[in-house]
Amino acid sequence: MTKAGIFRGIIAVLVVGAAAAAFVIVWRPAIAAIEPAAQQSFAPDLVRRGRELAAMGNCHDCHTVRGSKNFAGGRPVRTPFGTVFSTNITPDAETGIGQWSEAAFRRAMLVGVDREGRHLYPTFPYDHFTNVSDDDNRALYAYLMTREPVHAPARENRLLFPFDLRILIAGWKLLFFHPGTYRPDPTKSAEWNRGGYLVEGLAHCGACHTPRNALGAERANASFSGGDADNWKAYAINAQSSAPVPWDAEAIYTYLRDGWHPDHGTARGPMADVVSNLSEVPASDVRAIAIYMADVFGEPAPERKRRGEEAIAQAKSGAVEMQMDSQGGAIYASACAACHEGGRPPPYGGINLGLSTAVSDPDPRNLANIVLSGVRPVEGERSPIMPGFASSMTDAQVTALLNYLRSRFSSQPAWTGAEKTIKDARGAETAFLQTSAGARNAPADPAQRAKP
Amino acid sequence: MMTLRVNGQDHTIDAEPDTPLLYVLRDDLQLNAAKFGCGLGQCGACTVIVDGRAVLSCVTPLVLLKGKQVTTLEGLGSVSEPAPIQRAFMEEQAAQCGYCIAGMMMRAQALLQRNSKASDEQIRAELAPHLCRCGTHMRILRAVRRAARLMDTAELLPAQQGSAR
Amino acid sequence: MNAPFDLDRRQLLAGGGALIVSFSLKGAFAQDQGAPANPARPPPGSLKISPYLDSWIRIDADGSITVFTGKAELGQGFKTAFQQVAAEELDVPFASLKVVTADTKLTANEGYTAGSHSMQDSGTAIQNAAAQARALLIAEAAKRFDLPAKRLKTENGAVIAPNGRRFSYGELVAGDLLHVQAASTSKLKDPATFRIMGKSVPRVDIPAKVTGGAAYVQDMRPAGMVHARLVRPPSYGAELTQCDTSAVEKMPCVVKVVRDGNFLAVVGSKEFQTVKAMKALAAAAKWKETARLPKQDDLPSVLSSLPSQTSTIFERSDPTVTGQKAIEATYTRPYQSHGSIGPSCAVAQLTDGTMTVWTHTQGVYPDRQGIAEMLHMAPENVRCIHVEGSGCYGHNGADDAAADAALIARALPDTPVRVQWMREQEHSWEPFGPAMMTRLKASLGGDGKIAEWNFEVWSNTHSMRPGGAGCLLAAQEMEQAFAVPPAKPLPLPEGGGDRNAIPIYTFPNAHVVHHFIPDMPLRISAMRSLGAYHNVFSIESFMDELATLAGADPVEFRLRHLDDPRGREVIEKAAQAFGWRKGQTAPQDRGYGFAFARYKNLAAYCAIASEVEVNRETGRPRLVRAVAAVDSGQVVSPDGLINQIEGAIIQSMSWTLYESVTFDETRITSIDWQTYPILRFDAVPDSIEVHIINRPGKPFLGSGETGQGPAAASIANAIANATGKRLRDLPLTRKRIKDAIDA
Repeated sequence: MTKAGIFRGIIAVLVVGAAAAAFVIVWRPAIAAIEPAAQQSFAPDLVRRGRELAAMGNCHDCHTVRGSKNFAGGRPVRTPFGTVFSTNITPDAETGIGQWSEAAFRRAMLVGVDREGRHLYPTFPYDHFTNVSDDDNRALYAYLMTREPVHAPARENRLLFPFDLRILIAGWKLLFFHPGTYRPDPTKSAEWNRGGYLVEGLAHCGACHTPRNALGAERANASFSGGDADNWKAYAINAQSSAPVPWDAEAIYTYLRDGWHPDHGTARGPMADVVSNLSEVPASDVRAIAIYMADVFGEPAPERKRRGEEAIAQAKSGAVEMQMDSQGGAIYASACAACHEGGRPPPYGGINLGLSTAVSDPDPRNLANIVLSGVRPVEGERSPIMPGFASSMTDAQVTALLNYLRSRFSSQPAWTGAEKTIKDARGAETAFLQTSAGARNAPADPAQRAKP
Repeated sequence: MMTLRVNGQDHTIDAEPDTPLLYVLRDDLQLNAAKFGCGLGQCGACTVIVDGRAVLSCVTPLVLLKGKQVTTLEGLGSVSEPAPIQRAFMEEQAAQCGYCIAGMMMRAQALLQRNSKASDEQIRAELAPHLCRCGTHMRILRAVRRAARLMDTAELLPAQQGSAR
Repeated sequence: MNAPFDLDRRQLLAGGGALIVSFSLKGAFAQDQGAPANPARPPPGSLKISPYLDSWIRIDADGSITVFTGKAELGQGFKTAFQQVAAEELDVPFASLKVVTADTKLTANEGYTAGSHSMQDSGTAIQNAAAQARALLIAEAAKRFDLPAKRLKTENGAVIAPNGRRFSYGELVAGDLLHVQAASTSKLKDPATFRIMGKSVPRVDIPAKVTGGAAYVQDMRPAGMVHARLVRPPSYGAELTQCDTSAVEKMPCVVKVVRDGNFLAVVGSKEFQTVKAMKALAAAAKWKETARLPKQDDLPSVLSSLPSQTSTIFERSDPTVTGQKAIEATYTRPYQSHGSIGPSCAVAQLTDGTMTVWTHTQGVYPDRQGIAEMLHMAPENVRCIHVEGSGCYGHNGADDAAADAALIARALPDTPVRVQWMREQEHSWEPFGPAMMTRLKASLGGDGKIAEWNFEVWSNTHSMRPGGAGCLLAAQEMEQAFAVPPAKPLPLPEGGGDRNAIPIYTFPNAHVVHHFIPDMPLRISAMRSLGAYHNVFSIESFMDELATLAGADPVEFRLRHLDDPRGREVIEKAAQAFGWRKGQTAPQDRGYGFAFARYKNLAAYCAIASEVEVNRETGRPRLVRAVAAVDSGQVVSPDGLINQIEGAIIQSMSWTLYESVTFDETRITSIDWQTYPILRFDAVPDSIEVHIINRPGKPFLGSGETGQGPAAASIANAIANATGKRLRDLPLTRKRIKDAIDA
């Protein structure tokens, strides 16, 4: 054997070995197609449980386009790499998941691989769903397989090359994906652990609320430090929270369950869909989430706590002298104060802006969105209505208003680039407004929640 | 004191800058079309057009209107020379008590000025801020579609046909 | 007769040959038979209460014709319809007439524009008065021509002889030609010859409304007018314990603060400033609240436990027929709101001892009476003139706003005072449609027909209209307050809570009971169709439940029990136009529903077939399409009728799917469109078709309220068909539907 020959041999082995390794990493077997499961083969209780879990996981909202059939997919999600469209998860045999066995479904949830063995884009948050227990997956499967089958072929994703090559997802998974079941913390209460199981798993809060790296993966060392959903800022929900009043378990529970809290505001934007769903799951689960998240927020420093109490006192004390001398002040006094300092409590009275995270956060996007589009009524249900000012205010006027609100209602440094944010907000037809199925069972006075 | 341009004419308005446009139109300028329905931005009866876009005049204070052009229903046409939108609503008899209609018409006018080929779904979405208690919705939709057709035809006719402002 | 009043107006009226309008002052309400008409053979319609022809038709020497009606234009198109009627019978061009509506100084007292009576009462009166006036004009011309009347014809406002000679009406009118009492019958035109009646004529009020013309009481701007805003109490019966008005009095543009007991208002020269002053005044006012409202989510037990007066209103028995399979059901309705788009408004002025009020009340005479009593003035010194407001759909805040304006105007003589209610005030203080409950039990015989039928309804009265001052908020709030009069049931055949409680179907055994509840924990009064909405909803839902039990098609099951041929035809027409097929199944997630009623069992007939889609995941109901058939007797304006039925279906859909007044222990909490949502365009159906069965020559039948009940039941039946679940508690909200599907 010559040296070159040995060298060539080693290269060959390495290449074959690398190829074999790559193959092992990338390739996933197809799971055999099944006949669509008969609906009555699922116990009603299991289906019911699945319904609750689907609400927890917010499946309906990503997999349904407004005006179209439930779970039939087609909802666009914009990413830095292009647009991904949600798939049809109705039990339609041809275009949905009707031919998926429970094992196939479970695999998709746990490791992000579809029945035919293709890697799924992590837009489908299997980096969270990997934590879902087998029992819960069974219930979810039962629920989805008993939905109305809809023939709706998947829309082609519009991804920039090379991100349209699914094979790359395997690499991404190697770097960023950690499959496994959530591990409870024995030093914490059962309720905390239940909350953790839900938050890290089905509820996938971090998918919006955690910042992502350049390759679109959640940054593991910045959990809950803030992220994006459509053109909305999903605020930091940890110690970095910029809420004027620090969140505690009680407030988190109320907010998630009812959709609003007098000291924090009303859930709007994509969060409206979330609280809509959370009003339909067992209250104990929402409480568990609140307990867990309260721990994530952490106990506020005494200074922060004091400022929070001050903000509440300030809000309660009644109208402050209207400042008509600045343009922003004059706009606020004449267009906003009637509702926002009118003395009518949330959710139907405008929240006092000194309590609003939208004003205190470093990112002015959400405030811009709300000022421009307002808050739309939910069909036939008691819900807050705020007029939008996109048509009556110029960019300069909105900018003046935003800057005024920032200086008057927060102790944070002025925003820079508010004008650009507003321009972008106008231009970005947020998917939420256009295509989401729309919030239902909307935030309302909890005393009225159960009313007809 | 400020100058406000309404329906192509400048007016000197003696009102505080926080006065909603609705009161200026109705009280200072004696214009009837924009109506008080709620004063809260919830019903649409007060809708007028500012710089080509439909706004709720009850929540649009004077301070926002410097240098802008306000158009009310009165500015679109009259009984003897109705604009396409007015003709359409008369031809379809799209009113019962009629209180909500002026606001509807202004919203529709702004939409059709932007997009004279608006689909039925787009028209419905556009009119979402507007309430009608009498249940005239079907006729209102028909009238808006009719107005779109009239506006399309009007574009093809010589300029002497009176329409719009 | 009517002496003092006549003299005043004789002086006022222009035109030497003008006929003087006169009318009986005795008949305060339409039902009063004490007017000087021939009681044995009374003339038709409202001529009963105001028999002089010139109360209705005035012809001036210059030929101009004015038609007077005691009814009000509410947006139903009546002004136009009456103009058509008169133009037809008088043989004059439509545009040559003008119509003057409800005015206590000028028109007959036709009570309220309500109960779908306008066509039947006023329309009939005008039709007959016009026909008889024409006959008198011909007779006068015959005298002058010295020709027999039957050789003359009328055309374009003139009587024409065979040789072409003509006398215009204006020339014929002299002295008191039309000051005669109406005969009990008239020679009406043959419907086959109608030129205007029965045709859709463009409404006379729409042009102004689409071009910014003055059309509503809200548009009035008499010289010197001041603006007023009320500060209403926060809850029923609250007492104003303290109010330092000194700061408010100094605010810019404030003219006066009016306080009388618990009545509190501020008057200003500029409107927006007055609104600001109102807010400041509201902040300065301290109230002691004593209201104790019932439990909102437990209305059925509230209704059944309040004291009630029970009466059997219908009984029929045939012991030979007994039932085998029986079912029962309870249906409920919450308080619901008129929800007028334009909050109530009125203008009042006190000058020379006369209080004039411009108001959109449905009843100028009763409102006048209440206001006069409140102000301790003689009714003759109060004049109420109807000016259009936004749709009222019954007794809303209009009468109260009129009283508010009058009370404030008294404090500012010779100044026109405009009161405008705020949105929250209209929502909080309008008298609601009462909560109701019905319990039905029925059994089927072996032949698949209903053998026994039991129906019980619990309800308040459905009218607390003035009348007495005590019905008006201002009068209740004043220092020298007037007590709310005791509630009385509205008598049958019209009824209130028992309106349409008696089924139109023929059952061998039937027992209908009305539990009249005098106590009114929430302020209530008449809302469009009164008890008929809930009673028809109940009956027609239950008919479907029985049809299911019988294994029968819903349409065919109704026909099995209906003798009335006009009702049958309306049912068949709606079903056929819809494409209703026995044994049909709707597409996935959709359902078909059918319902029918004759409003009050004596007004217009209406049948509605509907298709509803229910989203299984969210429970969201959506009316996809509705097809209606209506028989309203002789049709005056087909398009007007279609407009009313389309409107009824959409309005009822909103009531039925969304609406309930909310309240806590003390206060009404549904105070704006956030908290009392109604239909928006995203839920408007794809199509509504209305098919009219015209009955030329038959009496007019009121149709303004005929669609609401059938629409509700039709939708409920379609939801039941789509989901397999029967919902009986209004409103049929998305959440209730979802819970029913999930259960």
